[in-house]
Amino acid sequence: MIRLEKRKEPSKFWGIANPFLAVALTMLAGGIMFAALGKDPVVAIRLIFFDPIFSETFGSYSRPQLLIKSAPLILIAVGLAIGFKAGIWNIGAEGQYIMGALFGAGVALAFFPQPGWYIFPLMVIAGAFGGFLWAMIPAILKTRFNTNEILVSLLLVYVAERILAAMALGLMRNPDIPGFPGSRDLRRYEAAHNAELFANTGIHWGVVAALVAVILAYVMMTRHMLGFHVQLAGQAPRAARFGGVSPARLVVICLGISGALAGLAGMFEVSGPGGQVRIEFASGYGFTAIIVAFLGRLNPVGIVLAGLLLGLTYIGGELSQMMLQIPGAAIQVFQGMLLFFLLALDFQTNYRIRLTQGERA
Amino acid sequence: MKKLLTAAVLSAALATPVLADTTKVGFIYIGPVGDFGWTAGHDRARREMVEHFGDAVETTIVENVDYGADAERVMTQMAISGMDMIFAASFGYGPDVNAVAGRFPNVAFQHATGYIQDHPNISLYDARFYEGRAVLGHIAGKMTETNTIGYIASYPIPAVVSGINSAYLHAKAVNPDVSFRIIWTYSWFDPALEADAAETLIEQGADVIMQHTDSTAAIRVAEDAGVMAFGQASDMVEFGPNAHLTAIVDRWAPYYISRVQAVMDGTWEAQNSWLGFADGIIEMAPWNDRMPAELQAEADALVAAIAAGEYHPFTGPINKQDGTPWLADGEVAPDVDLATMNFYVEGITAELPN
Repeated sequence: MIRLEKRKEPSKFWGIANPFLAVALTMLAGGIMFAALGKDPVVAIRLIFFDPIFSETFGSYSRPQLLIKSAPLILIAVGLAIGFKAGIWNIGAEGQYIMGALFGAGVALAFFPQPGWYIFPLMVIAGAFGGFLWAMIPAILKTRFNTNEILVSLLLVYVAERILAAMALGLMRNPDIPGFPGSRDLRRYEAAHNAELFANTGIHWGVVAALVAVILAYVMMTRHMLGFHVQLAGQAPRAARFGGVSPARLVVICLGISGALAGLAGMFEVSGPGGQVRIEFASGYGFTAIIVAFLGRLNPVGIVLAGLLLGLTYIGGELSQMMLQIPGAAIQVFQGMLLFFLLALDFQTNYRIRLTQGERA
Repeated sequence: MKKLLTAAVLSAALATPVLADTTKVGFIYIGPVGDFGWTAGHDRARREMVEHFGDAVETTIVENVDYGADAERVMTQMAISGMDMIFAASFGYGPDVNAVAGRFPNVAFQHATGYIQDHPNISLYDARFYEGRAVLGHIAGKMTETNTIGYIASYPIPAVVSGINSAYLHAKAVNPDVSFRIIWTYSWFDPALEADAAETLIEQGADVIMQHTDSTAAIRVAEDAGVMAFGQASDMVEFGPNAHLTAIVDRWAPYYISRVQAVMDGTWEAQNSWLGFADGIIEMAPWNDRMPAELQAEADALVAAIAAGEYHPFTGPINKQDGTPWLADGEVAPDVDLATMNFYVEGITAELPN
């Protein structure tokens, strides 16, 4: 008979193997779904996972696009993962992303059309500060009034979206085009443009920032006292308190870091690939980054891989819609499968399946 | 990899025999083709276009494409894959269409309801929805018993604002007591939000719901609540057989066929087309039987008068909301005023988000 047994410690092996297994199962189940839709499953899977990188027709364009799509996901997820490890749940990165973009764009629009090397660095600082500030609301409400940071940070996303709409329609609206919402195109304002650093590579300052954040997060989590406190607070909150870790301080630090990184991501997006403050500027990066953080096992290196993988399914998903006419909803189901299989498989990280001889009565 | 690719090309070639002179046309949509509204209207036109040309045309679609970097990427990939023509079927794709068009001067871009035309390979096309809104306003003014019309609006852009103004003026003309309540959703397609908006409007006393959003949610809410509503972009009667009075139905097909034909003939040129009842680009869905016969006749007459050019929905005297004069007696609104409209007309009590 089959028996479930809780492992004394989560399995290291399955912790690393599961994401790969989940991808394989997603390909299998997704392939069955595509076949049921009357599409060639092999071609569909190839379009999603391989063609964006290896296709001769699309590769040279979509490889850089992969970095552009994945960089904000990675940047946000790295920050979120630190908090998640400590058991501090910032679900509102989307709002912090929006506020970072607004602060960054606000600086740019205030200086327009002046040139100046210092404008972009100021935007970077403003972007990080905007996200930080927005994350401090749930942080302070939690430390002062013991509110739930999940709810507060999530609800603040909707507030941020309304502020974004108000800005696109009012204060930040392009005065040259009456009647239409949306700010000036920052890509056409050289001092504020987060341009490609090397032509046709997709590498802009946001990609660099994501890389730096990954390295810093890795060092912090493995070598620094703060990283140890974070891990301790997540695994044994009582022990952490006895060990002199201040829970309030940790809440502020974790929400602050993740907010600032999300704000940076928003700022790099609005001044680069996004181009302008529009009502529809936010396209869910802050929420998708939560998936990236977990898919990457809350580990900075894992998050890079997870971010690239998710970026790949987006770009490849579009390709497969375009080339094979797979419905957009099927692509979303496919992406959902990935998370579903991972969560389902994680079961065996914590439990082991045992085959035992049925006990005789 | 190369082998795989060749195999793919071969299998694609086997699946659909591609002629050398096939015109390839890509479509990007803001919503799902199954929205039963705006995007469904464009996809209906695409299918009619394909039916018209048969094997001479090959189309592809990508749905649910967000504005911004995503749209830019999808259109670039379409251009790379060899599309001759790309239809971007939503207002907000403007900056993205212009960014991509600059890099692919040999691809013909068609941008629906847009206003940015930085390159000679971008055509803009739009429908005079305010003509249809005039008819809806007239019907709403006659049908309402609570004298309160609810309006679910998407974005405060000229096309939406002129629609509200047109509907209001024509409701007011037949019912001086009428008032409009307007809720902005800042989204084209969000069924949950649209349903909430409809419920709120009904609670506020509205018994006719108009919408400038793309889903069928409001029609269903109206049907359940026993009030009246109008469909959007497509005939939505099946979602509310009692509630659905009529709808402005978009018929882009004649235009799409003519533009694809132009690409085939090599005569395609950038244009800025604004088409209405007269061009068959919009039409009214069948009147609901609950509309009295004389109202149906009035509505028919209004459509005919607009189509014939005998009547313009914005004919003065009309004042702006703040009381300043806009159009003098008998004066007809110039197109540029309508295309950039960012004010309400006199009598609307709501405040335009600004």
